[in-house]
Amino acid sequence: MFKILQKQELSENITLFDIDAKDIAKKAEPGNFILLKIHEQGERIPLTIADFDREKGTLTIVFQKVGKTTYHLGTLNEGDFISDIVGPLGTPSHIENLGKVVCIGGGVGIAPVYPVTRALKHAGNSVYSIIGARSKSLLFWEDKMRDVSDELIVTTDDGSYGRKTVVTVPLEELLKENKDIKLVVAIGPAIMMKFVCKTTEKYNVKTVVSLNSIMVDGTGMCGGCRVDVGGESKFCCVDGPEFDGHKVNFDLLMERQKMYLEDEKEALRIYQEKVGE
Amino acid sequence: MAEPEKEEKRKKNRVKLREQPPMERARNFKEVPYGYSPDEAVEEASRCLNCKKPTCIDGCPVEVYIPQFINLIKEKKFLEACHKVKEKNALPAICGRVCPQEIQCESLCVLGKKGQPVAIGNLERFVADYEAEQGEVKLPEKPRPTGRKVAIIGSGPGGLTCASDLIQSGHQVTLFEALHKPSGVLVYGIPEFRLPKAIVEREVEYIKKLGVELILNTIIGKLYTVDELLNDKGYDACFIATGAGLPMFMGIPGENLNGVYSANEFLTRANLMKAYLFPEYDTPIRIGKKVAVFGGGNVAMDAARVALRLGAEKVYLVYRRSEVEMPARKAEVHHAKEEGIEFVMLANPTRLIDDGKGNVCAVECIKMEG
Ligand SMILES: Cc1cc2nc3c(=O)[nH]c(=O)nc-3n(C[C@H](O)[C@H](O)[C@H](O)COP(=O)(O)OP(=O)(O)OC[C@H]3O[C@@H](n4cnc5c(N)ncnc54)[C@H](O)[C@@H]3O)c2cc1C
Ligand SMILES: Cc1cc2nc3c(=O)[nH]c(=O)nc-3n(C[C@H](O)[C@H](O)[C@H](O)COP(=O)(O)OP(=O)(O)OC[C@H]3O[C@@H](n4cnc5c(N)ncnc54)[C@H](O)[C@@H]3O)c2cc1C
Ligand code: SF4
Ligand code: FES
Repeated sequence: MFKILQKQELSENITLFDIDAKDIAKKAEPGNFILLKIHEQGERIPLTIADFDREKGTLTIVFQKVGKTTYHLGTLNEGDFISDIVGPLGTPSHIENLGKVVCIGGGVGIAPVYPVTRALKHAGNSVYSIIGARSKSLLFWEDKMRDVSDELIVTTDDGSYGRKTVVTVPLEELLKENKDIKLVVAIGPAIMMKFVCKTTEKYNVKTVVSLNSIMVDGTGMCGGCRVDVGGESKFCCVDGPEFDGHKVNFDLLMERQKMYLEDEKEALRIYQEKVGE
Repeated sequence: MAEPEKEEKRKKNRVKLREQPPMERARNFKEVPYGYSPDEAVEEASRCLNCKKPTCIDGCPVEVYIPQFINLIKEKKFLEACHKVKEKNALPAICGRVCPQEIQCESLCVLGKKGQPVAIGNLERFVADYEAEQGEVKLPEKPRPTGRKVAIIGSGPGGLTCASDLIQSGHQVTLFEALHKPSGVLVYGIPEFRLPKAIVEREVEYIKKLGVELILNTIIGKLYTVDELLNDKGYDACFIATGAGLPMFMGIPGENLNGVYSANEFLTRANLMKAYLFPEYDTPIRIGKKVAVFGGGNVAMDAARVALRLGAEKVYLVYRRSEVEMPARKAEVHHAKEEGIEFVMLANPTRLIDDGKGNVCAVECIKMEG
C-alpha cells in the first residue's frame, strides 16, 4: 500500500500526487516510470516519475484524467492509499553534456519532460525549453521549467497564453538560429512527437521521444507495449520508453493506442454513471 | 460379487474423473474436472499394488512417497495421506492438477504395462482438496533456526517450492515478486478452468503460514540488486527463480496489428487481470468472432480455450507439424477438441492481413509436408 501525501490540482484536468515510496524514490532516475493499480479490480497503468525526493522518500506523479482509471485516481485524496505501485521501470534517460539542447513538453508531457530537462541542465547543457498546451487552463509547471532552462517558450493552440502556435514553430526557429543544437527531447501526445521529429529531421538533429504505448506488466513479459523502431519490434517498457524519434513508426503507435477505444469509453461511462458525474 | 471378467476390467482401467460437459464448460471459466469423491478415490487407490520397488517415485521430480500416500487413501486416512504428500511437495493441489504425470510418475507405474497406470495426479489432487475442505491444514513442526537468510527472486512454482524447502530446513526466507500477485505462471498463465485461482491462493497461504515472507511489486535488478540483497540487506544467499518469461514473436508481417497478441499478454489480461470480468474489472481484452492460435503446446491449448470462453464463435489451432508431434498434454488436447476447437495441422503462418484500419482480419499460411 502506498500513501498519498500531497494532492495538487495543476490545471483543469491534471492532478499531482506526492506518494510515499521510499525505496522507489531511492532508485528513480529521469526517464523512469511506474505502474500503478488502484485496487483489486483495477488496471495497471503506467505513469512517469515526474519528480522524486530521495531524502523525503517521495515520488511525484502527474496525471491527466482521460479514462476510468485516471478519473478514479483523481478522486483519491491526501491520506488515501494506492494498492500497488511497481518501479522504477524503463531505461533511464541518457544524460550528458552536449552543449545546446531543446526540451519540449506538450500537455501532460510537461511533467515527464521536467526531470529530464533538469538533469540535462545540471549536466551543464544550455537548455531551451518549449512547453505547449491547447489552452492556458491546461498549462502547469511554467515556473519549474523556467528554473531549469536557459530560455523558456510557452505556446497555446488558442493563444490564451504565451504564443498562439504549436510547439514545432518555435522549435524550427531555434533550429534555424542555432546550428549547434545537439539534441531535442520531446514528450507529449504521439502526434506532437511525430511532427517534432519531422521538423528536426530536416536539420538532422538527434531527437529523443518518450513513447506511451499501452502496457500490462511493464517488465518485458507480455509484449503488449511493442513499438516499431527502425523496422524492429521493441518493448517500450524495457527497451524504452525513450527512443530515437527519427526511427519510430508513430502511425503504428497511434493505431495501437486506439485498440481498446470502445471498451474504454464504455468503462468510463459506467464509472461516471456510478459515481453520478 | 463382481464377475471375474468385470473385476479384471475395472483393475485395468482407472476410475474416471467426472467432468463438466464440454459444450457447457466451453462458455464458462469453472474448473473442468470435478475431482474424485472419497469413494472414487478409495476405489482408484485400491488399484495400486504398493510395489516393493515403486518405479513411480523415480518419475517424480520431488520424490513424493507415492505408494505410502496411496495406501493411506485405501485406509481412508485422507488427512494423513495429504500430510504424507506434503512431506515432499508443498503444492499438492496445484501439482495434482497441472503436473504432466503422464510423462512423469504415471509413465513409470507398473500397471501402465498392461492397462492404465494408477491415477496418481488425481489422487494427489483429491487429498489436497480434502484437507482444504476439512479446514484442517496441519503445519509441520518448526525446525531449529539456522540463523541464515535466503532471498528468493520470483514466486512461481519454482520459487514457492524452494521457499518451502528452505524454511523447513530452518532458514529465514523472503520471496520477492515483480507482479502484484504471487505465483507466476500459475496465476497469470494457466487459466481458471484448469487451475482455480482460489486454490493457488490457498497453497500460497500455506507457504506464508510456514513463515515465508512475501514481498510483492518488487523487481529485483530495478528496486534492489542482487548485490544489495547480499551486502546491504543481510541475505546469505539468493535463489533466482524468475522463469522463462519472454514472449516469442514469429517475425512475420502484420504482427503488430491490433488484435494480435502474444500468449503471455492474452493470458495475463484474461487470468491475472481478470479481463473476462470486464467491465467489473478494468482491464479490457479484444476477442474477434474468429480466433486463430498458433502453436501446439500447453500454452496454445490454454489460449485457444480461453478465447472460446471469452465468446469467440470459432477458434482454430494452427500448428506447423502434425498432431502426434504436439507437445501439449494429451488430456488438454482432448479437452480442447471436445470443446469444439478446430485443429489445423501442418500449416505455418506467413503473414497477418490488415483490414485497412489497423486490425488483423485474416492469416495466410503455407501448407507443410506431412
Ligand atoms: C511510459 C508511460 C508513461 C506515461 N506517463 C504518463 C504521465 O506521466 N501522465 C499521464 O497523464 N499519462 C501518462 N501516460 C499515459 C497513461 O498511462 C494513460 O493515460 C492511462 O493509462 C489512461 O488510463 P485510463 O484508464 O484513465 O484511460 P483509458 O480510458 O483506459 O485510456 C485512455 C487512453 O490512454 C491509453 N491507455 C489506456 N490504458 C493504458 C495502459 N494500460 N497503458 C498505457 N496507456 C494506456 C490509451 O491510448 C487510451 O486511448 C504514460 C504512458 C506510458 C506508456
Ligand atoms: C499458459 C501456460 C500453461 C502451462 N501449463 C503447464 C502445465 O499444464 N503443466 C506444467 O507442468 N507446466 C505448464 N506450464 C509451464 C510451467 O508453468 C512453468 O514451467 C513454470 O511456471 C515455471 O516455474 P518458475 O517458478 O520457474 O517460473 P514462473 O512461473 O515463470 O515464475 C517466475 C516469477 O518470477 C517473477 N519475476 C521475474 N523476474 C523477476 C524479478 N527480476 N524480480 C522479481 N520477480 C521476478 C515473475 O513475475 C514470476 O512471477 C505452462 C506455462 C504456461 C505459460
Ligand atoms: S508403480 Fe504404480 S502400482 Fe506401483 S506403487 Fe507406484 S503407483 Fe502403485
Ligand atoms: S508491458 Fe508487457 S512487455 Fe511491456
